[in-house]
Amino acid sequence: MNQYFHSIRIDPEKCDGRMKCMRVCPTQAIRIRNGKAVMIEEKCIDCGECITACPNGAIIPLTDPFGELTKFRHTVAIPSPALYAQFGREILPDKILAGLKKLGFDDAFDLAFTCGEVSFAIQEYLREHKGPKPLISNACPTVVRLIQVKYPDLIDQIIPTNTPREIASRDIKKKKSKQYGLKEKEIGAFYLTPCPVKMISIKQPAEKGKSHLDGAISISDIYGPLLSAMESVEKASYKKALESICILGIGWAMVGGICRTLRLKNSLAVSGLNEIIKVFDDIERGKLRNIDFIEAYSCPQGCVGGSLTVENLYISYNKILKLIETLEYEKIKACPDIRELRKLYKQKYFFLEGKLEPRPIKPLDEDLGKAIKKRKEKEEIYETLPKIDCGACGSPTCLTFAEDVVKGKSELTDCIFELPQRFKELSQELCELLNKTAPLNPTKSELKKRKK
Amino acid sequence: MSTENGLSKRFEITGGDFGKAGEVSTKIKEILQEIGIDSTIIRRTAIATYEAEMNVVMYAKKAELTLHLTPTKISIRVYDDGPGIENIEVAMQEGFSTATDEMREMGFGAGLGLPNIKKNADRFKISSTPGKGTALDITIYLNQAGKK
Ligand SMILES: Nc1ncnc2c1ncn2[C@@H]1O[C@H](COP(=O)(O)OP(=O)(O)OP(=O)(O)O)[C@@H](O)[C@H]1O
Ligand code: SF4
Ligand SMILES: [Mg+2]
Repeated sequence: MNQYFHSIRIDPEKCDGRMKCMRVCPTQAIRIRNGKAVMIEEKCIDCGECITACPNGAIIPLTDPFGELTKFRHTVAIPSPALYAQFGREILPDKILAGLKKLGFDDAFDLAFTCGEVSFAIQEYLREHKGPKPLISNACPTVVRLIQVKYPDLIDQIIPTNTPREIASRDIKKKKSKQYGLKEKEIGAFYLTPCPVKMISIKQPAEKGKSHLDGAISISDIYGPLLSAMESVEKASYKKALESICILGIGWAMVGGICRTLRLKNSLAVSGLNEIIKVFDDIERGKLRNIDFIEAYSCPQGCVGGSLTVENLYISYNKILKLIETLEYEKIKACPDIRELRKLYKQKYFFLEGKLEPRPIKPLDEDLGKAIKKRKEKEEIYETLPKIDCGACGSPTCLTFAEDVVKGKSELTDCIFELPQRFKELSQELCELLNKTAPLNPTKSELKKRKK
Repeated sequence: MSTENGLSKRFEITGGDFGKAGEVSTKIKEILQEIGIDSTIIRRTAIATYEAEMNVVMYAKKAELTLHLTPTKISIRVYDDGPGIENIEVAMQEGFSTATDEMREMGFGAGLGLPNIKKNADRFKISSTPGKGTALDITIYLNQAGKK
């Protein structure tokens, strides 16, 4: 049954069945059974909404503990650019990377630089692409999974470039193993993640390949230690620190950052699953064909709003935005060498190693005729329900409850509104039964007699 | 045709209601996904339904859309009580449109809707009585996945 790896786990000890997670889940993947939340594996796209919604902390992101580092001879931290947005305006990437080394990593790599390289590759690909448009960014694994599950026909519109974190760790391992005479597997590459979903893209990549990363450490776990580690880092000049930031890459931390720094004219930037669904519906209907590129992030405002970040998402969004504006104003472009990139681009260096496949939800029945019949039954059951989505049955909506009944996962009597109806039916049956043995409607005098 | 071994569902579409425009085609898409219909066929159905739905929203007052699904085909019927179409042959031409400037501002009115329905359907019938309304009959077969 464990066909899908998920980046979250529900702790039944802590869960008291308050349904908050069930209500926020955008793919209706959570049910309450015997007073505890349970997950329907095939429906979950790992967006992390439930983690934020749970008041008890019962939904646990499965990131790696810091201790994993000791398994390797050489370790490298590869922080998501969202980490750069977690600290005050004066704290720039150079200081954060230095702080990570103080924490115990042998090296810390500026992923924004690779992001910038991939931005270039996206630009090249958009230029030569002749197929259906718009192309969709694959930066957010939740969005990729949403497409695999609910929009399988849009799979070919996901941009086929590899993710910066994978490209970076592949490269780092190659270079470091040469430099230190180590085997690649002796080098541990750790992604510092703003969300749990990156964990599955490491353990079970969407395109069925193997990840080059060895683990993911939550930004929220590393935040405190990093803050103190940075205290002892000497301050470089602000101007000098600025000059090492790749403007093309830093924008990957927030929604719209790629489009803005690439100056794409016909592009859209969307964040939040419900908004994304609206946009994807439109693409599917053949609208938006004049748009070239869509940047879509499951979290509000992009990765700065990830469920494992610490800073208020609007503040961190602003920090990145201001940084981009400053770099633009100062005309600082610490960016990769374009000629070198063109060469790598031609060698397919920036492209995914595997192929993305759809992952549609299992139909109501493998047999088409039976599936149609079950769908009809679902409709008929739904019509008898109160349609108020109270959740008492353990399903998020009356419609999903009807489906659960058809699938044999719930009983019609789990609906509390079915109870009075059941009572009525039962009492009617009882009456009929009594009527067979006792006389109909006793008269008043008879009743008086009985009382005595 | 019997509805015994099939699923029938009726939807209402209200003319002028741009806020809800597209909801019916999304619901139909979800039904087809639950049943496990091939994704190319779902997409074709969704496009045809969406275009029919939008034409009601733009030009008619009210319409009833019926989805009928059997193991061999998807049938969609749309009856509206709008102004009808004077010359169907002309309306079917790519690029013909009577959309207002406001509709064009919203990205409609390319005159591609009806031709698009025809392209995505295996069988398509349209009839109309000016002053009374328009009827569309769309059929998509299930046993030839990806042929179109
Ligand atoms: N249900 C309808 N009732 C009345 N007139 C209609 C109806 N459907 C289409 N028409 C007429 O036929 C014309 C062509 O329709 P078609 O859907 O091909 O293009 P459009 O709606 O104008 O533009 P697009 O569909 O590309 O947004 C419309 O402009 C309208 O005059
Ligand atoms: S938007 Fe970023 S932080 Fe949020 S789920 Fe997607 S990748 Fe993770
Ligand atoms: Mg139209």
